[in-house]
Amino acid sequence: MQTPDLKDSGVADMAAPEPPSVMKKLGFTLKSPYFWANWTVVFALIVAIIIFWALSPDTFLTSYNISTILTAAAVPAILVVGQAFVVMTAGIDLSNAAVVTLSAVSFGAMFAAGQPLILCIAVAVVVGFAAGSVNGVIIAQFKINDFIVTLGMLSLAQGVALVISNATPVQVISEPLAQFALGKVGVIPYIMIVAVILVIIGQIVLTQTRFGTHVLATGGNSETARAMGVRTKAMKISVYAISGVTAGIASVVLISRIGAAEPAMNTSLLLNSVAAVVLGGVSLFGGRGNVVGPFVGAILLTMILNGLIVAGVPQYYQFIAIGIIVMVSAILVRTAK
Amino acid sequence: MTTSPENGTIAVQAIDIVKNYGSVEALRGVSITARAGEVTSIIGDNGAGKSTLIKIIAGVEKADSGSIELYGKPVEFHSPEAARAAGIETVYQTLGLIEDLSIWQNLFLDRERLVGFPPFRFLNKRVMRTEARRMLDELDVHIPSVKARVRGLSGGQRQAVAISRAAGWSSQVVIMDEPTAALGVRETAKVEELVHRLKARGLAVIVISHNFDQVLRLSEQIWVMRQGNVIAGLRAADTNGDELVALITGASATPRS
Repeated sequence: MQTPDLKDSGVADMAAPEPPSVMKKLGFTLKSPYFWANWTVVFALIVAIIIFWALSPDTFLTSYNISTILTAAAVPAILVVGQAFVVMTAGIDLSNAAVVTLSAVSFGAMFAAGQPLILCIAVAVVVGFAAGSVNGVIIAQFKINDFIVTLGMLSLAQGVALVISNATPVQVISEPLAQFALGKVGVIPYIMIVAVILVIIGQIVLTQTRFGTHVLATGGNSETARAMGVRTKAMKISVYAISGVTAGIASVVLISRIGAAEPAMNTSLLLNSVAAVVLGGVSLFGGRGNVVGPFVGAILLTMILNGLIVAGVPQYYQFIAIGIIVMVSAILVRTAK
Repeated sequence: MTTSPENGTIAVQAIDIVKNYGSVEALRGVSITARAGEVTSIIGDNGAGKSTLIKIIAGVEKADSGSIELYGKPVEFHSPEAARAAGIETVYQTLGLIEDLSIWQNLFLDRERLVGFPPFRFLNKRVMRTEARRMLDELDVHIPSVKARVRGLSGGQRQAVAISRAAGWSSQVVIMDEPTAALGVRETAKVEELVHRLKARGLAVIVISHNFDQVLRLSEQIWVMRQGNVIAGLRAADTNGDELVALITGASATPRS
């Protein structure tokens, strides 16, 4: 491997060590598997938009339909931020959708008891945080398989939600919440803006902070990271807590959309969050990934469902389409390794 | 880099170290020294206690009895972090680097340079990249970009990065467990060059190796271990491969010290 001799440039290299040429850099980028892992989902999104636009030229790309997609994508897009962090540590959170239900029901119980809205929101988020932390502590402290622990939490959260709510939905009639759910900036609903803000925060935390680096190091090689001084247990607990918090926030957005706190679990939310993370180029083996990719993945999945509905494809085919897309993208990302 | 004490001063002294794992006596009262500006090799057959000894010096394991002195001061390490804080760095054979992180991220892992005020503190990437470049240059390690991920590096390049990481901080002692075990001939030569540079900078380097030629080439001091004891301490200049083999296998009747 040929290397530039940096000795010659002496002290000057402190100021400007880079770069050879733009073309060379571009070539390097295009050859990097990391580039493809990160960008596959964006290309897929563009291709999907073109296909659905061709299928339904009059209805798909209307501002009304774009708003509909973005509204429907908000809850999965929020959940996926937490799931992305978990998967980056080589873990998985199967309980996030059930925790959404638990948080929602807690919100509903507080609301029914006449508590102020802000307190209801706080309770939903704290309940999510608590459930996530329990996951994290059991996984990190007792070294139990993440699959088993979060599967247990799935059932536990669902059960507690049924007990709290007595298996009945609570209507949440709140003017400010309803206004929030309906509000838009242009075609972008407020609730999607909440998701975007969380994604931006997540991406900054991941790429610009010590915590983010340590999360990736923990996922990349937990034992080595430990030997290098990373507090891997704390990192694992933190990512599950983050996932719990995003589930709590997602529950508030969900309630604002449907105007009720329902004890029924939305299984497709769980599948969606895992699928979006894989689509977004996060390695299921941990150590690699970002937050923006999974976010685009969540939008893509919602858009595919919407596009099929708009194109008049019967509902059952939508599941088939999503399944195929997830598998194909997983293969693409895997070969790029 | 802190100013190292004069070459030849005793950097590390392990005194009468005993370590038992249940009924297995791993170390039965082992004493060695390692001097600044020298490479000290520890050799011996599998199970002789070499790895246990360096794990104790590196703070990974705790001795049942005995003491360790660092530049004449008694020290006691309860963790690798404590040993590292005292200036003892270890390059492990397998626990090297995080493959999916870049070179500079590996060099600065858990020692990140930050800007801003808590809780809003961000990575100072520019500074870390420049410093990473300097750390590699200082040891004459040729790697095109510190932004490259470790996954794409060859075995020799990885070992060079791991050694740079160990040497790049105000460390006084660098311990290496079989630093060239997995490397080819050319890469081994590169790593040996690196070891020489560490030595020239006044660090005390402790190496475990099975390769007698390498031990004779690299080191000033050699400690031979057998069955949990140090049976000989030799100056590399005064010995040869035959004698080392004889000592390790027990063919030599009279242990020297």
